[in-house]
Amino acid sequence: MNAPGTAGFFLRLLRRQLVLALRRPIEIINPLLFFAIVMALFPLGLGPAPDTLAAFAPGVLWIIALLACLLTSESVFRGDFEDGSLEQLLLSPQPLYFSALTYSTAHWLTTGLLLALVSPVFALMLNLPASAIPALAASLFLGTGILSLIGCIGAALTVGLKRGGMLISLLVLPLYVPVLIFGSAAVRGAVEGIPVAPYLAILGAMLSLGIALAPLAVAAGLRISLDA
Amino acid sequence: MWSFFHKLGSPPWLYAISGSILRWLLPITLLALFVGAAWGLLFTAPDFRQGNSYRIIYIHVPTSVVSLAAYYIMAIAGAISLIWRMKMADVAMRATAPIGAALTFTALLTGGIWGEPTWGTWWVWDGRTTSMLVLLFLYLGVVALYEAYDNKEAASKACAVLSLVGTVNIPIIYKSVDWWYSLHQPASIKFTGESAIDSSMLYPLLLMICAFYALFTCCLLMNMRAEILQRESRTGWVRKLVASKGDS
Repeated sequence: MNAPGTAGFFLRLLRRQLVLALRRPIEIINPLLFFAIVMALFPLGLGPAPDTLAAFAPGVLWIIALLACLLTSESVFRGDFEDGSLEQLLLSPQPLYFSALTYSTAHWLTTGLLLALVSPVFALMLNLPASAIPALAASLFLGTGILSLIGCIGAALTVGLKRGGMLISLLVLPLYVPVLIFGSAAVRGAVEGIPVAPYLAILGAMLSLGIALAPLAVAAGLRISLDA
Repeated sequence: MWSFFHKLGSPPWLYAISGSILRWLLPITLLALFVGAAWGLLFTAPDFRQGNSYRIIYIHVPTSVVSLAAYYIMAIAGAISLIWRMKMADVAMRATAPIGAALTFTALLTGGIWGEPTWGTWWVWDGRTTSMLVLLFLYLGVVALYEAYDNKEAASKACAVLSLVGTVNIPIIYKSVDWWYSLHQPASIKFTGESAIDSSMLYPLLLMICAFYALFTCCLLMNMRAEILQRESRTGWVRKLVASKGDS
């Protein structure tokens, strides 16, 4: 069997991550269930008045998506760290930058993308105006990509630690703040009839910056965690 | 120049030189703090609109300025330790985080105390206060990550990566007042053009800013010295140092 080229290697790595995720479908469904359950808490806590819910919906939906990404990002490297395949990946001659990018892409495909796809249903349940739904899906589509990249940085830095769970939220949530600001502002803008494109452009710019820089930090973090 | 750079990496040399710097910097700092505080609090005229409550500016502005600068110092030290594997840069980065957290907390606290009489509220969620709060979380994140690792060398490297990632936040803090302008005023002191603050208030304020920079340097050096002693506690020069202190 021939050794794969660089592009082939990363496609195989991506496929491996996705197959691993599909073999345990509960891991994919969990974030969606989390999204649904937390979403159901808000009408109970805020009262079921449609106007109140509609006013809070952009922020609420974005915060739940953000928490779902945070909770799932902790385990991105966990399994591969424990069975040693992460160490093999570091020893392989392929650039770690692209491996890190592949891991975050796989994480995004199994959480962020699905959240963006199902978010219109939850938006309707929270009485978000129909005109804002495309903006919600588009902002989640771009924004969760950034969240996955940042989450992988936190996961890489804490994968070797026994009690990484609370720590990763302290590390990652401050970095999520700009994404939350612009993501929920886009949805609120769409509700008020303001053009959404500038917000989406900023999210896209942050995503490009994240794709360029975050894998470097993830790679450095993985090296540190495996040395420790 | 390079020999100076190499010397910076040597713990005994850094310990000795920081000791002699502290010997004259610490008295000057305390004097400048005392003079600046007395000048600002007692000998300047009250503001025509805010009365005496504006005097908290002499604490609020210096702590805010230095807390931001401290983050840069931490990130640059982190970069140096990652790129050149310089142990003393690790120590500097590690020593900066708790001081920066304390300064940021003081800036937020004094901001709240100042906001209550002038804006009528303790807290607003505008760009600058929000990003200062995020800055505090970034500092605390670095401290928490360092504490979580058992292997302190890996801990320093992990903190260096985290602080470099966090630098993305600092330009946002700087520009936030222009972007999300609300209650907090834009910066009044400008290096180019005329400042929007009267010179009788500006000079004590500048003195206080310098004094806080000096105070930060003193705290940083003292923190670093303690950290150096702890890390090098098994080496000969520390044993010798302790033995000579014990005799005298």
